[in-house]
Amino acid sequence: MATFSVPDIKITGIAACVPEDIYSNENYDWIEEKERKTLIKTIGVSQKRHARLGTTTADLCYDAGIELLRLLEWNPTDIELIIFVSQSRDYIIPATAGLLQHKMGMTHQTIAFDIGLGCSGYVYGLSVIGSMMSTGKIKKALLFTGDISTLNTSFRDKSAFPLFGDAGTATAIELDSNAKPMAFNLQTDGSGYDAIIIPDGGIRNFADKDTSFEYHKISDGIYRNGFNIALDGIKVFNFSLREVKKNINNLLADSGLTLDQIDFIVLHQANKLMNETIRKQLKQPEEKVPLSLEEYGNTSSASIPLTMVTQLGSELEKSKKTLLLSGFGVGLSWGSVVLEIDHIQCPSILIHPNS
Amino acid sequence: MNINDFILKVEAEFEDLEPGSLTPETILKEAFTWDSVNALIFLAHVNVEYDVELSANELIEANTIQDLYNLVEVKVINKG
Repeated sequence: MATFSVPDIKITGIAACVPEDIYSNENYDWIEEKERKTLIKTIGVSQKRHARLGTTTADLCYDAGIELLRLLEWNPTDIELIIFVSQSRDYIIPATAGLLQHKMGMTHQTIAFDIGLGCSGYVYGLSVIGSMMSTGKIKKALLFTGDISTLNTSFRDKSAFPLFGDAGTATAIELDSNAKPMAFNLQTDGSGYDAIIIPDGGIRNFADKDTSFEYHKISDGIYRNGFNIALDGIKVFNFSLREVKKNINNLLADSGLTLDQIDFIVLHQANKLMNETIRKQLKQPEEKVPLSLEEYGNTSSASIPLTMVTQLGSELEKSKKTLLLSGFGVGLSWGSVVLEIDHIQCPSILIHPNS
Repeated sequence: MNINDFILKVEAEFEDLEPGSLTPETILKEAFTWDSVNALIFLAHVNVEYDVELSANELIEANTIQDLYNLVEVKVINKG
């Protein structure tokens, strides 16, 4: 569809939480040192956070949500709507949003549901939560996004293992008739469903005790089983370089804006080569397109809010900025939003301790 | 576009390559590690520089620098 805008809503706070354990890619001895060095430089990920078995995405989101409520002096019973955007839910059923509603002490009047998106999930999530708030006159809501991807990644897959990190985020959103409308441009191409895929464990390829667990050699340095994330790097790369710029330019044109009027462009943190290539396509300076890949890797639907927290936190707390956010990847699904951020709560990144 | 200019830009893009080390006849696999990471770097380079898209198969089939140049040139011409 064409671009659309959502009035009367504003972000009032963003928090991000990562697991305690740090994995340094220097120690990734599945590949030789020379290849490892090139890889680290190209993807731009020196280290990332790994969750231990037993910690879930919702646990990270919970920590971020509780901290936000404390800083905003919001009561859990004030929250009327929560959405959990993730591809690493607590259970196959039920939806994870309900578990968060209960654990955070929200009332039975709360609307709570999940959205199963990754790289584009933050932008999609904002559009859904904003639209519901705007039409339903919902005063306060929380958007949770994030993923634990490392548990589903094969150590013996050099194309995926060094890339992904784990994180969960919470974004507080409030109804405000003075807020500048958020403008969205959301797109999908399901023909590329297998460009990033965990093939087994759903209903299409039901988990099978013989075949799902079996590792296959895909190519040199790449072995995985049916539960591992499979990444078709070149396919995702070509898609992103073709579509993201177009999506952003169409959104700006429909909104009557130019990139000069945008203070920061926060892209999904795919990998450094991809993000830097998109930045060059857009002809924007480095300081306007922040990266958090170096320390946190690709954190799926958490990557945009996590980059805002870690790279722009103090700016967003102290001033008014116009931001363009763009997520792109698994689905294939992609989308961008232009929004205004005005003196929000943006605490330093939180660490979820190993229990 | 011409091949000398193309070569200069490719040499600048890859750290492993000394300036002046490539000729149109250079065989990719002998000149440097022609693996998936370097293929992506090349993809990104031609996308920004020439605004064209190459597939994995096209890259695998390329044997020499001249092959790569021809691939890109055809796409640039077809783009109009």
